[in-house]
Amino acid sequence: MEEKVVEIKGLKKSFGDLKVLQGVDLDLHKGENLVVLGKSGSGKSVLIKIMVGLLRQDAGMMQVLGQEVSTLNTKALNALRLKIGFSFQNSALYDSMTVRENMEFPLVRNVKNLTRGEITKKIEELLDSVGLPQSINQMPSELSGGQKKRIGVARTLILNPEIMLYDEPTAGLDPITCSEINNLIIEVKERFNTSSIVITHDLTCAKDTGDRMAVLLDGQFKAMGTFEEVFTHADDQRVKSFYDYNFIHS
Amino acid sequence: MSEKEDDRKPFLSKKFDKFFTGLANAWSFVRRFFSEVFIPPYEFKEVIHQCYRIGVESLPLISLTGFIVGLVFTNQSRPSLSEFGAASWLPSLISIAVVRAMGPLVTALIAAGKVGSSIGAEIGSMKVTEQIDAMEVSATNPFNFLVVSRVLATTFMIPLLVMYTDFVALMGSFLSVNANEMVSMSTFFVQVFESITFLDIFSSVMKSILFGFTIGIVGCYKGYNSSKGTEGVGQAANSAVVISMFLIFIEELLSLQIVNAIRGM
Repeated sequence: MEEKVVEIKGLKKSFGDLKVLQGVDLDLHKGENLVVLGKSGSGKSVLIKIMVGLLRQDAGMMQVLGQEVSTLNTKALNALRLKIGFSFQNSALYDSMTVRENMEFPLVRNVKNLTRGEITKKIEELLDSVGLPQSINQMPSELSGGQKKRIGVARTLILNPEIMLYDEPTAGLDPITCSEINNLIIEVKERFNTSSIVITHDLTCAKDTGDRMAVLLDGQFKAMGTFEEVFTHADDQRVKSFYDYNFIHS
Repeated sequence: MSEKEDDRKPFLSKKFDKFFTGLANAWSFVRRFFSEVFIPPYEFKEVIHQCYRIGVESLPLISLTGFIVGLVFTNQSRPSLSEFGAASWLPSLISIAVVRAMGPLVTALIAAGKVGSSIGAEIGSMKVTEQIDAMEVSATNPFNFLVVSRVLATTFMIPLLVMYTDFVALMGSFLSVNANEMVSMSTFFVQVFESITFLDIFSSVMKSILFGFTIGIVGCYKGYNSSKGTEGVGQAANSAVVISMFLIFIEELLSLQIVNAIRGM
């Protein structure tokens, strides 16, 4: 078994009366693409936001690269964040900056003594790897949804993360662009040697990108395993219906 | 928020509790600004960029308003002064009114409308589109980049804009005085500078700094704490203007009392 890069045990999180995560256990192994499936509002995004310290759990353990996230001070948390790439659902590109400035932003603030030429070279290489070398001087408002997602991924890759977190990477995209994004997720894993968690409710994305699936229902993982294991031998009716709605009803 | 916190009964009423919680949050936001303003990394480039946006891009509006204020105030004051045969005091009256109160107040109110709302809306929209979270997960301090830079920029630029407004308003006034009383520019400005004291200029600059800080911090606070999607962005922009204006009037009143007390010493 590969080493664990993320280890979650008994994780709980509530917002007021709403219990979102109710004792979640999960491991992510090195070099693995793990897909977390679940309905909207099931707490998938909350899970990865706790992972990067954007939210704090009420109880339980969240260890990332051997460190308990909730106990880290700001400096240690920032050091850990440099090893995690977070691709947001709506790309979260800084809309007052060009693509170049968006990509420079984390780089110049976290890597010292880089020359202008080195920065440009790194940006161009990454834009090339996401298939958008021509967009370097464009504003985010001039890009399509799929292009924004790609730039968002490129921006997170600029700090060479060990773990990639994708929050709904295919949400709101057409089927062809979805397929391109799925290929990009696989390519990132192979080329940059990352371990990933992909949060989605899109089973095509899950099937294409995931080595392993975990289905989050009622604040707990109800099924875990490969795509076939989860959906062929599913005991839980809701897991089955999740499959039916994605592949039969649509 | 934990369940325990949520189950707590309100101390007075929900509205009062919300008000005092808001006040406490605003205070901790101000304290955070002062604790982070001296901590590197310093975002000089962003401060300069914001100074340009706040200062230079406000010039056309400030120029027009300042000029009209000077011109109209002079024309409105003339009949009353003329009744007592004191129309020659117009430059003194206008300069005192402009430097002591109207320049800072008009500039601050315009900046609260233009700059405060834009800061509130910009940061608010960054908040709801997760851009602030994106900065945070890339190990960058969004508070330093967004809040500290903008508050510094408003604090630096509003006093400069006030001086500029004073000048433009006095020019507007001069045009009116020149046309009606045939007073030359040198005579007008000699009278202006004879009327105003160091305390007038000093208090004007000090309160402009306070106004600038207020506009910046309120805009940033409302934007940084906005929620509920696009509706929240609109509310952030709106309340940034309303609260800034309210605080500016309160500060004007307080500074007037302080300056009058100093003058009476």
